[in-house]
Amino acid sequence: MTSLDAEQRVEVALTVNGLPRAATVPSRRLLSDFLRHDLRLPGTHVGCEHGVCGACTVLLDGEPVRACLMFAASARGHEITTVEGLSEPDGALSPVQQAFRECHGLQCGFCTSGFLTTATAYLEENPAPTRDEVVEAISGNLCRCTGYQNIVASVLRAAELRRERAAGQAS
Amino acid sequence: MKPAPFTLHSPSTLDETLEVLEELGDDAKVLAGGQSLIPMLNMRLAAPAHLVDVNGVRELATVSASASGVRVGALARHTQVLRDAGAAAAVPLLPQALSLVAHPVVRNRGTTVGSLVHADPSGEMTAVLALLGGSLELRSRTRTRTVGADAFFLGPLEADLQPGELAVSATFPALPPRSGTAFREVARRHGDYAVCGVAAAVTLDAAGRVERAAVSYISMTPTPVVVDATDAVSGRLWDAADWAAAARSCGDAVDPEPDLHASAAYRRHLGTVLTRQALSEAAAHARTATDAPLETAGGAA
Ligand SMILES: Cc1cc2nc3c(=O)[nH]c(=O)nc-3n(C[C@H](O)[C@H](O)[C@H](O)COP(=O)(O)OP(=O)(O)OC[C@H]3O[C@@H](n4cnc5c(N)ncnc54)[C@H](O)[C@@H]3O)c2cc1C
Ligand code: FES
Ligand code: FES
Repeated sequence: MTSLDAEQRVEVALTVNGLPRAATVPSRRLLSDFLRHDLRLPGTHVGCEHGVCGACTVLLDGEPVRACLMFAASARGHEITTVEGLSEPDGALSPVQQAFRECHGLQCGFCTSGFLTTATAYLEENPAPTRDEVVEAISGNLCRCTGYQNIVASVLRAAELRRERAAGQAS
Repeated sequence: MKPAPFTLHSPSTLDETLEVLEELGDDAKVLAGGQSLIPMLNMRLAAPAHLVDVNGVRELATVSASASGVRVGALARHTQVLRDAGAAAAVPLLPQALSLVAHPVVRNRGTTVGSLVHADPSGEMTAVLALLGGSLELRSRTRTRTVGADAFFLGPLEADLQPGELAVSATFPALPPRSGTAFREVARRHGDYAVCGVAAAVTLDAAGRVERAAVSYISMTPTPVVVDATDAVSGRLWDAADWAAAARSCGDAVDPEPDLHASAAYRRHLGTVLTRQALSEAAAHARTATDAPLETAGGAA
């Protein structure tokens, strides 16, 4: 084991929510802690820190990953999207965020950022999922409050909202 | 929960990686997808002095499929392998099993080669590699060796990987024509490690009779053993074979341990049920993999 005084530090430069960010941190800094503590973006939540709960899910180059199972250093040069980066450029809620509000897809909110990031990436890949597909898509995220029914309804509603907004833009 | 301090090395080519690994020897661990290693670091079950992060070695992020099988590079994520149409056509057991590995989000990061090196007796890919008679290519700065699945897995979480070595790829051979496969498992929670899982492969002759049937298990044996089930069904038509008898004969070959999640008796029960299901599903796939019209026990197919 390396002594704490001699601990290696690395410069981490990456893009977070569209903006270039950089900080020098110990190599053992998890991406989740890097986002929360070094970049002061506390929207990414930390539950289990071993990949099971999904609360820390962020998008790495558009794909959902566990921020607690990645070192900040491994994200150098990549693009990260956190829950803070999901809203529209004008600040309006994204379809997924709006749907969670409309359908009461959250109670305490602890799990919510993980569900929002996971659902956002999933709807990019499958814009018109069935209920069963939604259940499968969110099966890696745990919620202790809602009983999941409203979360499933929210994701289905978000798919509708995406289509409505796309149609609105087209007309 | 935070990992203990370590020194991180981030090579960008294979040559550089092998040089660093040779220099550090025993003190280093390879960091691939981190989906097994980082939980262990976070819980301080492991505290290596050096980590060699291979995520920047793009030349290892390959999946190449041919009629003879599929070669998966060390940096190919489970998701990349699962989505590869060529791989699915050559070795359908890969997507069948990979869709049961963890959740999509974990598969986006975890590598297929990493899960083999991790040698978890509950890891689906260990049974897949064993059943297909696949191998790993291990490379150090001074030598390259190919180790078959039967020799690679030494025990739970223990594989034949020497200090200084990197597993550069895994090869999953294709089965002969008229073969089918299936993977069945039972897990306590969706996406979790299975309490019992079975990979099955069945090969038919030109008339649709069973030529070979074999299975391999996860969470049942310390290393993935391959059990031949041919005797009970040899020469029978694919849909008339007594798959239940074949499954029972396999049960005698495994001796599962009890743990927190399941007693040995429950595991044994699951083993028999899942083996029968997996074998008959594999036989049905073998049947559809056959070009020529076949006899069935019930008359024309
Ligand atoms: C919540 C959760 C659920 C999971 N469920 C399952 C499941 O159901 N089934 C399953 O099979 N897996 C499961 N996994 C584990 C997942 O499949 C991992 O991705 C896999 O086991 C390890 O691959 P990795 O690339 O993440 O390896 P890492 O975690 O980076 O490494 C694992 C070990 O292998 C070594 N290593 C990795 N690659 C190489 C290499 N190329 N050469 C030499 N050494 C190497 C590392 O040094 C380390 O010791 C789960 C993980 C999580 C977090
Ligand atoms: S905190 Fe990362 S999965 Fe639970
Ligand atoms: S809303 Fe409380 S954990 Fe999901």
